[in-house]
Amino acid sequence: MSRAADSKAQSGPDPRSELVDHLPALRAFALSLTRESASADDLVQDTIVKAWTNIEKFQAGTNLRAWLFTILRNTFYSARRKTRREVSDTDGIHAARQATRPEHDGRLAMNDFKVAFEQLPDEQREALILVGGSGFSYEEAASMTGVAVGTVKSRANRGRRRLAELMQMAEGEELDMTDRATLAVMAVNQPVSR
Amino acid sequence: MNTRREERKRAALEKQIDENLRRVYEQETQQEVPDRFLILLERLREQE
Repeated sequence: MSRAADSKAQSGPDPRSELVDHLPALRAFALSLTRESASADDLVQDTIVKAWTNIEKFQAGTNLRAWLFTILRNTFYSARRKTRREVSDTDGIHAARQATRPEHDGRLAMNDFKVAFEQLPDEQREALILVGGSGFSYEEAASMTGVAVGTVKSRANRGRRRLAELMQMAEGEELDMTDRATLAVMAVNQPVSR
Repeated sequence: MNTRREERKRAALEKQIDENLRRVYEQETQQEVPDRFLILLERLREQE
């Protein structure tokens, strides 16, 4: 700790020069929150500006990515609080649209997965993205989201369980066209329109 | 017995879920970063 003051040189380069390395992760996280790429990129842009202008608040030696994710997340939620009255997210439509990117093999399973993932409550999705997707510890995720470690764990576990249910459903659904199956099939067949 | 099998199946499924999460996330992070962000960083640097 006492070394912190004179550790500028020792702790490596200016963290601002490292921002660029975190852009891909920031975009992925933003996309998971906004579920829409244009607003995801706006969110990343705001995050970069805030991080740059508040860089002195970053504690050298701590996890820069976690710090950036926290800024991004706070920005997202405070903006959303302001625009709450706006159209409530039409989940299904988003989910279907997101799943249109056709991939190589296993694409149906992957699309099913994405569609199911989009349907989770925000909190569970976020916990799973932080812990499952981007590999933060439960402790880091807890401090980033401002909740107890146990809360993050239970959100992640509930999310996993819900996904497991949804995917099990997707497995044996040949005849049973649930909404989810219909969505997935539609998503796969729908040409990517740009 | 049946429940234990289901339990095991669920555990396997949840493991698959974490793998999928990682894969989806990796897929997203492999997309190229648009120029606007590099330009933005450049501009911020110039303003210093």
